[in-house]
Amino acid sequence: MVVFEKPNALTENTLHYCPGCTHGIIHRLVAEALDELGVTGRTIGVASVGCSVFTYNYFNCDMVQAAHGRAPAVATGVKRSDANNIVFTYQGDGDLAAIGTAETVHSAARGENITVIFVNNAIYGMTGGQMAPTTLPGQKTQTSPYGRDVQTVGYPVKVCEMLSQVDGATYLERVAVNNVANVKKAKAAIKKAFQNQIEGKGFSLVEVLSTCPTNWGLAPEKALEWLEENMLPYYPLGVYKDKYAEEK
Amino acid sequence: MAKVTFDKDLCKGCGLCVKACPKKIVKLSDELNKRGYHPAQVTEQDKCIGCAFCATMCPDCVITVEK
Amino acid sequence: MSEKVLMKGNEALAEAAIMAGCKHYFGYPITPQTEVAAYMAKKMPKTEGGVFLQAESEIAAINMVIGVASTGKRVMTSSSSPGISLKSEGISYLAGCDLPALIINVQRGGPGLGGIQPSQSDYFQATKGGGHGDFHLLVLAPNSVQEMVDMVFKGFDLAEKYRMPAMILSDGTMGQMMEPVSLEKGVVNEYDKSWALTGTKGERKPNIVNSLYIAPEELEKLNFERYERYKKIEAEEALYEEYLMDDAEICIVAYGVASRVAKNAIDQARAEGIKVGMIRPITLWPFPKKVLSEAADKVNKFISVELSMGQMIEDIELAIRCKKEVLLCNRTGGMITTTEDVLNKIYEANGGKN
Repeated sequence: MVVFEKPNALTENTLHYCPGCTHGIIHRLVAEALDELGVTGRTIGVASVGCSVFTYNYFNCDMVQAAHGRAPAVATGVKRSDANNIVFTYQGDGDLAAIGTAETVHSAARGENITVIFVNNAIYGMTGGQMAPTTLPGQKTQTSPYGRDVQTVGYPVKVCEMLSQVDGATYLERVAVNNVANVKKAKAAIKKAFQNQIEGKGFSLVEVLSTCPTNWGLAPEKALEWLEENMLPYYPLGVYKDKYAEEK
Repeated sequence: MAKVTFDKDLCKGCGLCVKACPKKIVKLSDELNKRGYHPAQVTEQDKCIGCAFCATMCPDCVITVEK
Repeated sequence: MSEKVLMKGNEALAEAAIMAGCKHYFGYPITPQTEVAAYMAKKMPKTEGGVFLQAESEIAAINMVIGVASTGKRVMTSSSSPGISLKSEGISYLAGCDLPALIINVQRGGPGLGGIQPSQSDYFQATKGGGHGDFHLLVLAPNSVQEMVDMVFKGFDLAEKYRMPAMILSDGTMGQMMEPVSLEKGVVNEYDKSWALTGTKGERKPNIVNSLYIAPEELEKLNFERYERYKKIEAEEALYEEYLMDDAEICIVAYGVASRVAKNAIDQARAEGIKVGMIRPITLWPFPKKVLSEAADKVNKFISVELSMGQMIEDIELAIRCKKEVLLCNRTGGMITTTEDVLNKIYEANGGKN
């Protein structure tokens, strides 16, 4: 009996991501959730700009490519076109938490019945490793070569914490894909975020702490360790909001 | 009996599966695959418990696990 | 012909969009187009399946338009000049993704925040770009409340026929003035929409709406193909109105509100025996080059009457290959050309009064 194989909601295309980049794990989790919920045939995904720009090649569902940061607005249009559509965005930290902050906050505020997969790896990957809105204090990047100096460029944006203050948001959870146990928790969160949408519960966002071995300058397994040692303390995992759990 | 299969040419040799395996039976091959990476492989198949930890951590859907 | 009703341009346009089967409207408040949004806010919830949404910005609004357009449904947004600048990114993506949508620009004075009075200074933006990359928008320029209605049907039809965004380039005068209008349902034909994102239902390969092509050969090929389509549009879809051109020695070229002022001036000049006529472009892209080029062999001079610093005049000069002199009669910044201004320019072209 097959106990583990590639989900049907992923296409046969080979992922373009660098060796050890955890984007691939997150893609698979999204695809597994779509398969298990049986909604791939009515799902429309919204690709963003950044390393995840090519997601439209990887999911076995209809896909639209959005401009940098605009995925939640495009998703709003797709969802409002037909409420039966299952709509998700797949966005990185630069896309969602810098250039697309307004679209993120307002789609949450409107309680758009969509699912947002937010991949936070604390850096701009596609453009070669620049400082992101989520780059940690002191973290060295191409545009913070001496380390992020909070006195001059300010502090990272904590998306789940910020959105937890938005009344319209339904479900916010931060997960990580640094080990098997956390990958399983990430899967459960992503599945719940889609389940919420199917049940018409409103805006769900799962922030997934992810690695960027190439731009962090670390071997893949060392990158997982860096995530554990540096990102987990700054971005604590957990459920930041679950409107329906609170009402129970 | 558990069986784990690697789609050799999909592998990018990142080694996350090596780190994840509780039985320490996943290793990177000395040979290169079509893409120029040292692909992951299992040499002692009989020791595999079918936990799928390797597949869970694989970013490239290289691994199929049967039990 | 249905009975005429007295309506404001912006509201008549909004009603026409609903009549044309547009059930999705996304906007953001900005003067002088706000009546369009207000009308949609009132009417869409009462229309079956109608969606009105006030976005957090013009940028979000145009991206919501992209979302609906990608599903193959009729969708519209409206704004005024500074807001159109913000929408320009999305307009480029609509073009790059080959998506139909209708965008309304009720122009005001610029640049920058400019003013809130009527202007035609977004001519370049509408006809030459409105965003980055090689592309065109269909640009329709109504000169009456009736045409504000008619152009909505035309705009949707052309946009869907050629899978590209269309813009109605109106201005504060057209938007704000009231005129009797016949709200007759125009024709929007049904075109193939097999490209639309409707969910695969597990029955077909995924549809992808995208404007990213990393391989330059591929992007070039697509741009060449798109421009073949544009060539066909230029050959077949240019619209214009001729006024007293049969014996004209002077040809005025004007669109929108400027053409109404020009018409008054032409009537006065004709009464004085000056042979002047007008070619009024109704589509600004495609620009009615052929009729202008033919006119260049008959008339002595052209006058471009426009509420901008000489933008359309460049297209006139190109269309006539500079065979004849083109004079400019213009006001800008929210000021409207008067009949007297145009009349004086006609005298200048005529070498004085007759």
